[in-house]
Amino acid sequence: MSTVSSQVEVPAGVTLPIYMDNHATSPLDPRVLEAMMPFFTSKFGNAASRNHSFGWEAEQAVEIAREQIAKLIGATPKEIIFTSGATESNNLAIKGIAEMYRERGNHIITQVTEHKAVLDTCKRLEKYGYRVTYLPVKADGLIDLEDLKRAIDDKTILVTIMAANNEIGVLQPIREIGKICHEKGIIFHTDAVQIIGKVPFNVIEDNVDVASISAHKVYGPKGVGALYVRRRNPRVQIAAQIDGGGHERGMRSGTLNVPGIVGLGKACEIAREDMATEAAYLTKLRDRLKDKLESELDYIHINGSWEHRLPGNLNMSFVYVEGESLLMGINDVAVSSGSACTSATLEPSYVLKALGLGDDVAHSSIRFGLGRFNTEAEVDYVAAKVIDIVKHLRELSPLYEMVKDGIDLTKIEWQAH
Amino acid sequence: MAYSDKVVDHYNNPRNVGTLDKASQEVGTGLVGAPECGDVMRLQIKVNPETQVIEEAKFKTFGCGSAIASSSLATEWIKGRTVEDALAIKNTDIVKELSLPPVKIHCSVLAEDAIRAAIGDWKKKNGVPEGEHATVPAAQ
Repeated sequence: MSTVSSQVEVPAGVTLPIYMDNHATSPLDPRVLEAMMPFFTSKFGNAASRNHSFGWEAEQAVEIAREQIAKLIGATPKEIIFTSGATESNNLAIKGIAEMYRERGNHIITQVTEHKAVLDTCKRLEKYGYRVTYLPVKADGLIDLEDLKRAIDDKTILVTIMAANNEIGVLQPIREIGKICHEKGIIFHTDAVQIIGKVPFNVIEDNVDVASISAHKVYGPKGVGALYVRRRNPRVQIAAQIDGGGHERGMRSGTLNVPGIVGLGKACEIAREDMATEAAYLTKLRDRLKDKLESELDYIHINGSWEHRLPGNLNMSFVYVEGESLLMGINDVAVSSGSACTSATLEPSYVLKALGLGDDVAHSSIRFGLGRFNTEAEVDYVAAKVIDIVKHLRELSPLYEMVKDGIDLTKIEWQAH
Repeated sequence: MAYSDKVVDHYNNPRNVGTLDKASQEVGTGLVGAPECGDVMRLQIKVNPETQVIEEAKFKTFGCGSAIASSSLATEWIKGRTVEDALAIKNTDIVKELSLPPVKIHCSVLAEDAIRAAIGDWKKKNGVPEGEHATVPAAQ
């Protein structure tokens, strides 16, 4: 009888469960929490209160945060608009530009592996008479710049392409995309959520006009984000999507989440200071994980470009093993799967499918998202555990047995259901 | 997803994992599902030609925890039954036993299909017409 439960030893200094899902969210850095704390209690003023010191104090803290964020991305403080998070930032950017520039055109270009906050926003705009081109990606997850050039027409007002993908960590050639857009006088928005604080991102050098930012992906608090909106060359205008008191230069009304904003600012400051060393550290951890897995397991492969990738991302398919059952075997490790056996549709990740992966391989994928607080010992434990469970599950897998027996799985008439 | 203790138990200690000789006259093999759908079950039975009792059952499954548990449970249930009696097992019995959530009912259907496919293969090999009833009393 085969047993799936693993006997892998937990190394000294490792506490279970281990968190390796930093693309979903990241833990709050204690330094960020410390900066936020006073703004919940003693410094509780409304940043819009102009008549007393409580308001001034809050406003000053918000302005410091604006500077910290601007500094990280090469912007000026006035170009930072606070929102509730990246979903709102993406909605505000895309809908706000679509509305503001409607007379100039109705065509928007995006790509198939965007986050749903972009794709679903674009789909909604299609209902209101906008045309949207969804660019395909190549097998490595990158868009083809020639496809982009061909898609542009005289009605194109906006190109929205993410800087780094949340599943496969692939970095799009945003600098070149921005250049193409600027030559044609088209606004370039990027969902910068995953790239912020991980690798250098500069709105001037990277030719970005509008960028979405989220605090909780960079060791800040949940429920707060920002939108960078360029003020010159070109000056970008955005129609407000929430009506109210005209906060944030009229683009986003609503009382500011002062503690959250302070946290976002602090998180950006830390990220800017630590980025270089942290990226090197995460690359080392990620490569260690990959090397260990590759040395012990056959039929595994990396999804998405290895060269153009976030340092902390490893998205791997363990072929002939289903992702969800693999997660079940490593239930003391928090990672994600591109398999969708938990969803009603049973459709695997649309991002992995866009790379041209077969559904079977997509069902077998795991996303490891390494972060600032992961250690080498944790990586060693996770690698050992994954190797152990994959081997056990392959003993259980009819597909692995058939392949080992030399049977071509593509020649079998499967009865899909 | 939170699984029932029974699913976790079958996942951790799958019963009757293995492979029977596909070429044997006494063995029936059922292969159901598809890799693209995220689950493939192979269920095999070894039937006593005299009594038509399933003396051995083996499975291998590519799939989620519920798929593994459903096929593991299926092998336990069919062992010791006659082929006709094994056909009486319904996916709803599996759902109930494993407390599968609605989204996982699919896995139990696959297990029922696997039983039927294995028995169908055995019947075909042995020239037993589909739907013919066993000549010996059910072994329960």
